[in-house]
Formats: sequence, structure tokens, C-alpha cells
Amino acid sequence: MLDTVSVRADFPILAREENGKRLVYLDNAATSQKPRKVLDAIQHYYHFHNANVHRGAYTLAVEATEAYEAGRTAVAGFVNAWAREAVVFTRGTTESINLVASSWGRTNVQPGDRVVVTAMDHHSNIVPWQILCQEKGATLRMVEITEDGRIDLSDFGRALESKPKIVAFPYVSNSLGTVNPVAQLTRLAHAAGAVAVVDGAQAAPHLRVDVQAIDCDFFAFSGHKMLAPMGSGALIAKPALLEAMPPYHGGGEMIERVWDDHATWNKIPHKFEGGTPNVEAAVGLGAAIAYLEQLGMDRVAEHESALARVAIERLTQIESVTIYGPRDHRAGVVPFTYGDIHPHDLATILDRDGVCIRAGHHCTQPLMRRLGVAATARASFYIYNDVDDIDALVSALRKAGELFGVPA
Amino acid sequence: MTDLGELYQQVILDHNRNPRNFRTVPGANRHAEGYNPLCGDRISLDVRVEDGVIQDVGFQGSGCAISKAAASLMTAAVHGKTTAEANELFRAFHAMLTGGPNAPGKLAAFAGVRAFPARVKCANLSWHALRAALEKIGEPVTTESPSD
Repeated sequence: MLDTVSVRADFPILAREENGKRLVYLDNAATSQKPRKVLDAIQHYYHFHNANVHRGAYTLAVEATEAYEAGRTAVAGFVNAWAREAVVFTRGTTESINLVASSWGRTNVQPGDRVVVTAMDHHSNIVPWQILCQEKGATLRMVEITEDGRIDLSDFGRALESKPKIVAFPYVSNSLGTVNPVAQLTRLAHAAGAVAVVDGAQAAPHLRVDVQAIDCDFFAFSGHKMLAPMGSGALIAKPALLEAMPPYHGGGEMIERVWDDHATWNKIPHKFEGGTPNVEAAVGLGAAIAYLEQLGMDRVAEHESALARVAIERLTQIESVTIYGPRDHRAGVVPFTYGDIHPHDLATILDRDGVCIRAGHHCTQPLMRRLGVAATARASFYIYNDVDDIDALVSALRKAGELFGVPA
Repeated sequence: MTDLGELYQQVILDHNRNPRNFRTVPGANRHAEGYNPLCGDRISLDVRVEDGVIQDVGFQGSGCAISKAAASLMTAAVHGKTTAEANELFRAFHAMLTGGPNAPGKLAAFAGVRAFPARVKCANLSWHALRAALEKIGEPVTTESPSD
């Protein structure tokens, strides 16, 4: 386990109280808190280096460009990208996937083609493909999940028989915590002639990602779930694919030359970064990566799995609690329901004890329909959480049970 | 637990557990759907109005204790009332949730919701559905603003 006392000391927000109670933040799958090193890096950038990037001939602009590009180098190393040029900065996972759907998808998907997603995907890895399919007259096929919350591999195989152009799936499910066999899924997708798109939003913050080992074509993630600011994130793509793809947004920065009636494009990845980029996001993301690498991603993953195991063990002791998702191969995401208490009521009651959990459909409505529930409660862990937080969760749950008269 | 006790009063817990008028209404001539997409609360409301009087009212759907109990207590409160009286109750309930005086009768049980701004939309979903039904607005109603 990580030394959570020293980790917690790095996060100013964790010192605040909620209704007179210690803040127990268990909504990390939604967004993480930010350590002082990230906040300081952003402030330092604005205090000393702020200018627009890639165009100024003066020292400040050169420094700003260096700071921005250092963020890219950090991301490339963090996920073991093929090259620095494989890293396109975006606002996060959603924009990364929309970029792929819009640029690669519109160029390559034809009427009658198939696109495959899974029933455990987040709306951000479903809706962009629905929009693409509707526009192109293509068909979206959703792969079923097994009873215990994994991708149904036999249905995945059946979906691939239609030779889809694109196969998209999550590395880690935000609603179930399932860690999917992404390298295997990618291999199968490639064998069927598809490109593989991995939604890495719940993976990059929590485990060691190696896009070259996965061999996926596109990998999307968000910085704000991994200590970096809101609006930070990236698309990692095989450089040959990026070279062949048309731009996503037209504007400054992404061009080589502009004539009256046409333009030529800048080199990758800049071709996809039209307009003034979010430099503070890149700086913050670089600082977040440095922080995580100092802890070690293997230790981060181990810490969260251990917390999930303890949480599942403790929650299972409450008679009316149902836990969703697989028993093994899972990350630090623990979805549950408690008797017939609606998850929103649970979230309100827990909040009174300073315990922040998520309640709702978690942007996975197709999955919720399959689970046969309108909503679940979800506790999700990160590096600053410890067993005391789980104790606080369990004791607040018992209070909710008392109030609603549900067996504890 | 005192403020939680204010929110989850016995009458609310009771109507959550045993919602009244949780059914369709035979011969209903007014209908509305309420749906809060972010939280997933859903209500389907049937009303039978004759000569300006609510002769029967029932609801179905799913949601949290606050939204279910609010719908249940609403149906009990407006049953047998004229549509003008029901509109008056709507205004009184809405005023209470936004800081005004308590609504009459058992509806006052929802005064505690004021202290939980995130839950106001749960308490008033059914009431907005009622107003839509009485005004024959065909579109489903929602009480989630874009800023939620």
C-alpha cells in the first residue's frame, strides 16, 4: 500500500471538512483531486513563462513552447507511445474519440459498414460512433457482456464476423471496474480488418499503460482523472494513421500554407491542434505524470486493487448490499446498490458524513439496462484513499440503512 | 442526523415505501411524462378531469425517495380538487422549495428539501408533470436545468 498520510498531505482540498467531517473523496472515476505540485506547475507557468506557443520569436514564447512540448514528451513516455508525434493534445477522452470518429471515421466508413462497441462502454465511446453511423448509413453493433460483467468474447467474435471498420472498447469499465484484455481484443479486431479504439479514461490514471504492447490504433484518455486539470487529455495514435487522416479543426497552428481557396496542413500532431492550445493543461498533465511516476504506476494499481478488495469484503458483510462487476480483474471501482434505497438518497445521506460517492447511470445507460437497474452507487479509489475511507463509507451506509429500515 | 431527519421525514419514508395512487387511471383524459435525464428519475402521470375537477390521478415510474414520495403526496393532495386549486398547490409547493412559507398539510414535509439544493429537482418533478398534464403540454417535462 502507498503511504497515504504523505500522499494526502500533497492535496490541499483533502484538508477541508464537509459538514464537520473529514472529506472522504470516493468519486475518483469521475475526476481526481489535484496535488500541490500540479497546481504549482500551472501557477509557475503563468508567473514566469506565459506566451502563445509555436510562433513567437522572443524568449518567453520559446519557453512557453518548450513547456507545452515537454508535456507531450511526458505523455509519450507515460503510455509508451510510438513517438512524440503520436500524441495529440485534446480536451480529454470525449474529444479524442470524437476526433477519431470525425476524421478517421468519416474518411473510411462507408454506407453498409459496421462499427462495433461494447455494452459496457461509456456514452463517450458510444454516441460519437452512433453519430458517425447515422451520417454514413453504417450500422453500430453493441457486444454483450457476461453475467459477471466482462465483455462476452463469443459475442465479440460474432460481431467481428461482419468485418467492421472500427472496433471500440474500454480498457477499464467506469461502471463495473472490469479490466478488459485489451491486447487480445485488439488482436482480434485487427484479424477482422478493423482499427481498434481504446477508451483509456479509467486506465491511464490507475495502471501502467503500454500502447505499443496493446498495439491498438487509437488510445484516448483524460488528464483530469489523473491529477491534471480539467480540459487536459490526449489522443495517442499510430503515426501512419495520423499522417493519412484529414484535420479535425481548421484554424491557426494546424496549417502549413494558406492560399485564397485552400490550405496545406502542418505536420502531425500539430495538424490536429488548430487554434491556441491549452498550454496550462499540458503543463499540468506533465506535472501530474511526474507525480504518478514518482509513486510508480505498478504501486498505484496495487494500492487501488487492495482497496477494492477490502471495500468489497466489507460491503459484502452488509446483508442487503449487491456489488456489481467481476470478482477479479477489476480496478478500484466498486459499484453497488443497498436494498431498495435509491442511490441518490444514499449519496445525499453519505454526503452528510463527508463521504462523496457517485450515484446514477454513470453515463452507461445501455449497461444499466442490461444490469436491470436504473442507477447504482459507486465508490472509486485513488492514491490518497485508505482503509479509513472505506470504514467511513461503511459506517455512513449503515446509518442510511437505519434511516430507511433496510437490513444491515 | 437532524438535518437528514428533516429531509427524510417519516411521512416521506412512508410514501416512498408505500406510494399512494401508484397506478394508471382508467379513462384518464390528461397525461404527462416527467424525466430527469441526468439522474434518471422518471414519472408517468395520468389524470381524469371532469367539469374542472380532478376526479382521479395516478402515477408510475422510478426514482429516489424524494421524487417518489413527492409524487405520491401530490396525488393525494390534488385528488378531488379543482384544477385551479391544484395550480394553487403547485405554486405553494414551488414557493416552499424556493424559500417561501410551508405548503399546506402533509406537503410541508418537503420543507427540509430546501437545505439540499441538489434534491429540489427531485421534489418538484411530479408537480411539473401535473402542470404539464393540466395544461395539455405534450412534451415531457424536466426539472434539471442545463447547469445541473
